Amino acid sequence: MSNNDFDIKYVANLARIKLTSDQEDRLGSQLGDILGYVKKLEELDVSNVEPMAHAVPLHNVMRADQVQPSITNEEALANAPKKANGLFVVPKIVE
Amino acid sequence: MILHELTIDELTKKLASKEVSSRDAMQACLDRIDNIDNSINAFISLDRENALDQADAADSALKNGANHNDQPLLGVPVSLKDIFCVKNQPANCASKILGDFRSPYDGSVVQKLKQAGAVIFGRVNMDEFAMGSSTENSAFGRTSNPWDLDRVPGGSSGGCAASVVAQECFGSIGTDTGGSIRQPAALCGCVGIKPTYGRVSRFGVIAFASSLDQVGPMARNVSDAATLLGSIAGYDPKDSTSVPTEVPDYVGDLNADLDGIKLGLPKEFLGAGIDSEVRSVFEAAVKQYEALGAEIQEVSLPHTEYAVATYYILATAEASANLARFDGIRFCDRVEGDDPFSLYCNTRGKGFGDEVKRRIILGTYVLSSGYYDAYYIRAQKVRSLIKQDFDQALEKVDALITPTVPYTAFKAGEKTDDPLQMYLSDIFTISCNLTGTCGVSLPCGFSGSPKLPVGLQLLGKPFGEQDLLNIAYAYEQATPWHKERAPL
Repeated sequence: MSNNDFDIKYVANLARIKLTSDQEDRLGSQLGDILGYVKKLEELDVSNVEPMAHAVPLHNVMRADQVQPSITNEEALANAPKKANGLFVVPKIVE
Repeated sequence: MILHELTIDELTKKLASKEVSSRDAMQACLDRIDNIDNSINAFISLDRENALDQADAADSALKNGANHNDQPLLGVPVSLKDIFCVKNQPANCASKILGDFRSPYDGSVVQKLKQAGAVIFGRVNMDEFAMGSSTENSAFGRTSNPWDLDRVPGGSSGGCAASVVAQECFGSIGTDTGGSIRQPAALCGCVGIKPTYGRVSRFGVIAFASSLDQVGPMARNVSDAATLLGSIAGYDPKDSTSVPTEVPDYVGDLNADLDGIKLGLPKEFLGAGIDSEVRSVFEAAVKQYEALGAEIQEVSLPHTEYAVATYYILATAEASANLARFDGIRFCDRVEGDDPFSLYCNTRGKGFGDEVKRRIILGTYVLSSGYYDAYYIRAQKVRSLIKQDFDQALEKVDALITPTVPYTAFKAGEKTDDPLQMYLSDIFTISCNLTGTCGVSLPCGFSGSPKLPVGLQLLGKPFGEQDLLNIAYAYEQATPWHKERAPL
């Protein structure tokens, strides 16, 4: 759990967030402090502890596979930054 | 009678007797907002016409025989945190990134509030995407604490707490991921409930950390909070983590009898780091409980010191996945790029504020290849230990009693440059989200100078909201704190 190799550029890229160099410096050093703090968890022996994902005593909640009413194509596209012919428009992906 | 000062209980009685109309009540809130919200800044946006139309509809329903037994909130103006989807209304999560977004549908809590007859209006301020403890991380400016405008209202549901305490609405609905209902309730001086995970549907609530988020009410007293909770609680097939159990009659079953009730004082919460005035106000509240017949005993939650670190790994990991949807394709203010990758980076780089960026990046890191086991899985294991602590303590007592926050409202700007200090303000509230249990914060007194509210926190068993409400109600009935009004 070392944070010496925390590379803000690399992780921001994974997170798909463009940072200015100022932000890289500031966020990088703040995140270094926070990672230093969470190292606390290394103090505990957790070798025989089960991980807990959530608090609800429910498993594999299923519903019947039935068609239900939903929003229209027009409503689904109402907030789209760009749309055409009932579709979302995105930059070219495949050459 | 000053209309905007009424409690929900008082207002519904006057609506039922036709002494006042819902339109009067709604107009009183709008007038109040016009008079004071320049200084409070609780409201991000407001659709006045829509609010008055809903009020008129409630008045017609009342005229046609509708009643508050069937619709407990009929005609009552309730504000909503800017995180809920209300059909055709904006939902910004206090972020720039959502631009002119309007919800195409009503979330389940909104549907339930409408069924209960509430006039739901306005979108109140919050920390962006519910990430923060002071309502300073908002693209719409900070909200002020009604007791001292230079101070923060707490967060992330700071707009909810401020709007209730400043009497701009009769109640409000917020969300609590690490204390975001209880902490602002404490710092502003109102009642806030974080229900058990699974008690209230999360469908139509913009997700922050899905295993921790829970919707809950904020109100001027315990009975009002119980009314609001009863209206939003219950199973929802649209939320797979919603639990199919009966919803009690929270208000009808309110009971101030503390005979045989055992309250646990977690010794790990009462070490160093608590402001001396908060400590003495809290100790007086504990004595009051003893005088009222409750038995107090010390309990231990040995892993308390690990809760904040555990939380900031799990919550940011979940947030990094949840907030991936804000990419500029289906919604959001898009910033173009030559390819999808640069479009995503540009859109998110411009649209998200600093704290949101910080948390997404931290969450991405703890889930990334090579670090997943060391951070994320380890934190999930510590979460189990924290849950075991709570299970064991709550076998011995009916509820835990703690201060909600180690200090009173701090000054705006005081902690903004030090995110870790800001995170540590949630130290007493955060475990309850990790364990998925329920919690309440209620007013228990004031600091001397400046006069600022202090909150008392009660933490209960899973689906034990009724017990917590009763324990809170007993204290409230015996004390004057909930009647104090902020000097506005």
